[in-house]
Amino acid sequence: MNDPRTIGITERELKIVGTRPLRPDGVDKVTGRAKFGADLHVANMLIGKVLRSPHAHARIKSIDTSKAEALAGVKAIVTARDFSDLPSEFIPAGEMMVNFRDMTRNIMAREKALYEGHAIAAVAAVNDAIAAQALDLIEVEYEVLPHVMEVEQAMAPDAPLLHDNMYTIGVDPKPARPSNIAKRVEFALGDIAAGFAKADVVIEREFTTQPVHQGYIEPHACLASVSEDGQAELWCTTQGHFIVRNFCAKLLGMELSKLRVTASEIGGGFGGKTVVYLEPLALALSRKACQPVKMVMSRIDVFKATGPTSGSKVWVKVGATRDGRIVAADALLKYQAGAFQGSPVQPGCMCAFAPYDLDNVRVIGFDVVVNRPKVAAYRAPGGPIAEYAVESVIDELARRLKLDPIEFRLKNAAKEGTRAAYGPKFGPIGLVQTLEAARASEHYRTPLKAGQGRGVASGFWFNIGGETCAALNLSEDGGVTLVAGTPDIGGSRASLSMMAAEELGIELDKVRPLIADTSALGYNFLTGGSRVTFSSGMAVVEAARDVIRQLRERAAKIWEIPVDNVIWEDGHARAITDDSKRLSLADLAKTMGKTGGPIVGNAAINAQGAGPSLATHLVDVEVDRETGKVTILRYTAIQDAGKAVHPSYVEGQMQGGAVQGIGWALNEEYIYDDKGRLLNAGFLDYRIPVCSDVPMIDTIIVEVPNPRHPYGVRGVGETPIVPPMAAIANAVANALGIRFTALPMSPPRVLKAIEEAQAA
Amino acid sequence: MAKQHVTTTINGDLAEFLCTPEQTLLDVLRDVLFLTGSKEGCASGDCGACSVMLDGRLVCSCLVLGAEAQGRKVETIEGMAKGDELHPLQRKFLEHAALQCGVCTPGFLIAAKALLERKPDPTETEVRYWLAGNLCRCTGYDKIVRAVLDAAAEMRG
Amino acid sequence: MNYHSPRSVKEAVDLLAAHPGAAHVLAGGTDLLVKLRSGFVAPELVVDVKAIPQLRGIQADASGFRIGAGTSCAEIGEDAALAAAWPGVVEALQLIGSTQIQGRATLGGNLCNASPAADSVPALIAAGAVCEIAGPGGTREVTVENIITSPGRTSLARGEFILAFRLPKPRARSGDAYLRFIPRTEMDIAVVGAGVALTLDDAGVCTHARVALGAVAPTPLLVADAAKALIGSRVDDKALAALAAAVSAACKPIDDKRGTIAYRIKVSGVLARRAANIALERARGRHG
Repeated sequence: MNDPRTIGITERELKIVGTRPLRPDGVDKVTGRAKFGADLHVANMLIGKVLRSPHAHARIKSIDTSKAEALAGVKAIVTARDFSDLPSEFIPAGEMMVNFRDMTRNIMAREKALYEGHAIAAVAAVNDAIAAQALDLIEVEYEVLPHVMEVEQAMAPDAPLLHDNMYTIGVDPKPARPSNIAKRVEFALGDIAAGFAKADVVIEREFTTQPVHQGYIEPHACLASVSEDGQAELWCTTQGHFIVRNFCAKLLGMELSKLRVTASEIGGGFGGKTVVYLEPLALALSRKACQPVKMVMSRIDVFKATGPTSGSKVWVKVGATRDGRIVAADALLKYQAGAFQGSPVQPGCMCAFAPYDLDNVRVIGFDVVVNRPKVAAYRAPGGPIAEYAVESVIDELARRLKLDPIEFRLKNAAKEGTRAAYGPKFGPIGLVQTLEAARASEHYRTPLKAGQGRGVASGFWFNIGGETCAALNLSEDGGVTLVAGTPDIGGSRASLSMMAAEELGIELDKVRPLIADTSALGYNFLTGGSRVTFSSGMAVVEAARDVIRQLRERAAKIWEIPVDNVIWEDGHARAITDDSKRLSLADLAKTMGKTGGPIVGNAAINAQGAGPSLATHLVDVEVDRETGKVTILRYTAIQDAGKAVHPSYVEGQMQGGAVQGIGWALNEEYIYDDKGRLLNAGFLDYRIPVCSDVPMIDTIIVEVPNPRHPYGVRGVGETPIVPPMAAIANAVANALGIRFTALPMSPPRVLKAIEEAQAA
Repeated sequence: MAKQHVTTTINGDLAEFLCTPEQTLLDVLRDVLFLTGSKEGCASGDCGACSVMLDGRLVCSCLVLGAEAQGRKVETIEGMAKGDELHPLQRKFLEHAALQCGVCTPGFLIAAKALLERKPDPTETEVRYWLAGNLCRCTGYDKIVRAVLDAAAEMRG
Repeated sequence: MNYHSPRSVKEAVDLLAAHPGAAHVLAGGTDLLVKLRSGFVAPELVVDVKAIPQLRGIQADASGFRIGAGTSCAEIGEDAALAAAWPGVVEALQLIGSTQIQGRATLGGNLCNASPAADSVPALIAAGAVCEIAGPGGTREVTVENIITSPGRTSLARGEFILAFRLPKPRARSGDAYLRFIPRTEMDIAVVGAGVALTLDDAGVCTHARVALGAVAPTPLLVADAAKALIGSRVDDKALAALAAAVSAACKPIDDKRGTIAYRIKVSGVLARRAANIALERARGRHG
């Protein structure tokens, strides 16, 4: 993709990339003008609502919708009967795989309700009150079945089965009996037994983590409109409107080109808006009613029916020699998938020991179904769970070896050329640089006060690329419309515009970015996997270079010289033979109608070469020994960004991920009653961190350029949630001398452990 | 379920609307008056995304009935900028990159404005406790707190 | 559902009497609107009492303070004289919810919602607050500890509602304090709450004390044994240990999503001791 006539990035000074301009969509977002998922109103619109299962596990014997249908104002009702059954087929979504047989059952329960909150039927009516009334009139006969909530119970031979046709994949020979274990995965390098034989010190621990929700502030919402001829439009809040189109078309048996999906502004996703819930229901209702249907989830529905990430049991064993070299590492990961297969146990296995250069390593994972909502991606899906366990053990090993925890990590850190257990040899990566920056930081050098504790942990996420399109449309006045297809979840309009302006050599405010709907641009994989600034950035740079090629051709035509004699520098075409021949982008745009017609730069790529991003976090805590409450006193996040295109938004990712991790570490968990009903389905008792819970989150950006990206970019969005849980557990261990192996470290658990330690 | 006729003042202008007794002020703002800058994140007063001023007091509009707005003054995010001039808080939120997804931003801005009207020189701790009823899941709050402190400094002159 | 906003006590009493059992009083609405939205309650009538003058504002006179039951916590928190006289009560009511909730929540609502975990209630009980109640039979006065009878239920008769709270003028060398435990720093319901009010004599010996707890029993508790542990002492470590033990012994908590039985019993003693220390400091600092 490198145009030999474009001056390479390394040879020129950057004017825009690396600065901190205002984001182009900023004013809309500080004035309330920006339209999010629930903000659209159209004429003749119906309101859709979902009837949900009150049971964690029940056979659906019958659904009688006749009374609801008879209610005045009810326009359509759909149940599983309105969706065709689909064969088992795996396709990628973000870093995870989806299966349409399961997806059609998750959006609408078919044979059985598999979790409390599972959709049973949906109604569209002329207003909210009538839709709610109609739900009350739907009669469902259930046969309540025994339910199972935890991985180990679900793996037991006598466990209630969620799916009686599920046989564990990845086991040879195929098991004789179905089970709740969907899949077994294994990654290994070297000889694990020989490795442990060389170890002077071995630490072995078992960890428990709870499911945690992404906790985006904007509930799921959409507005669907299907016309009488079957052409459909869908407005929704999503991380990937192209995948929503593809999922919905498949679920509803529609042609892709007849469904146009527009992504609203998105009020947070963190992976949780990479799947469909309401969208196919709204389309099905609208198709029946031939009227637009709007659906918005309540916060309770968000907690009961949408994906958290997995709860888990993780066993880790690591051995090291006296001089601090890790000689063997072994882990067993059991992840809850929720009601359908597809936990992030595979990426968890890939990440578990990825920060370390190991000769002998093995990771085995199990994907286990339970009667909870189907998990969805959550920021580095699978990674934080595995790395929390590993980084806790690494910390304990360092203490046992009387080594500084940063020093111990540096002795074993993965670097360029290190082979990961899951296969690849790393290119340039920045773990060592983050560790060195941590060690040199003022934070790490500041002594603690009595009773306080400090923790360190590192984290890894591999990042992805994928299918991406972008277009740059030149205007006659020298402005550029940047058309991208990846929803802007946290400032990517800014980073993409900055790369376009840098390439073209124009002022940033000459670039106006927009997110195209699915009919206006080629296919784009979703906003996820920390891929947007990397992949869409790569596409935008390629589109810009396409524009530059055309501009050079126009200049060559005007000057009547060969195009090879025209170079592009500093926003101008220049004749290499004659320095006085110079035309700006605006000059060339003004005459483009006469010199050959409109100029549009295009790129349609499958972005490859996403570089992993590594991080090291430092945290200081204080523990109230009489109440068990942990207070975060100081926090520093250090991460390799490759190149920080807009450093403020890179810092924002680091700070936001750290605070989500603080919530995961200290308070966030799902609390169920003995019937499998969620007791804390709201922000009151599902305790995400509030502003007064946290200190400023200091950041240090390290830049080890990714050679596969024109500006050296690595994705930065996901890695920041990987280190916090272990960093905090390590800090608590440092403060109390007590090693916690279960999350969250909530006050009752911490106080109990303190009292047990005092009694012992 | 007869609708009630309510006369109120919204962002300085007289407004009239019809609402059912069950409808909250947030429902009215969003679905009757189409002022969708106030967001519904929880409908239980736990997230602050629907923050508005009611007779000069910061409230969650999801916890106010539409009918209660009769004869009162409501201020929403749509009234925060004056003409083409952003409020200093709006500018500082942009300068500090104090928003990522932006869905909590209107609520934070309304709440922060209420703070600075009462306390022009708040400490970091005061800012954090005042804003504890506004949830943000993207930013970790750091840049929001910095933006509020910086706006306060600018407004003090 | 119908909504009314009466302008007088009589109008409100008549409206409530006309809808026996099917009417709800709306004060700040921070609990009622959540219950309406979830379908937990479906009243025929909502009577918004905030426009009734007797429920608004704070008056101080020689005997103490009268706080209108419909006054928002934000407004109460701005009353400097009240905060100086009853800092524990004001701290407690300022802990109710966020700044936004403070703009709406009222003492009348916090009490009549009848949650065992209401933050203002133990502090009001410790302070010896009395409610003025209006109803079909006229007005009557009841101490705060006699209002909540079980979770969600009060001793108010049909058609009755709270007009105001009365707090006495604090005695010389007296102080009060309230502490609650929550997992976060804000936005949680109390896992345990403890309110302490005490008075010292000139020699620094405690002559009067009231200790009240929240979230450790079906109703807020006034713990006489805990007060006895302080009275006659100099509120020294021994007395404080006895206070903590009496408090823990009085708890009859449950295991729920917010805390365990063992945790509540332990932490209630810790908080009562810490609150007593704050009250003690305040009492020592208050002369005349």
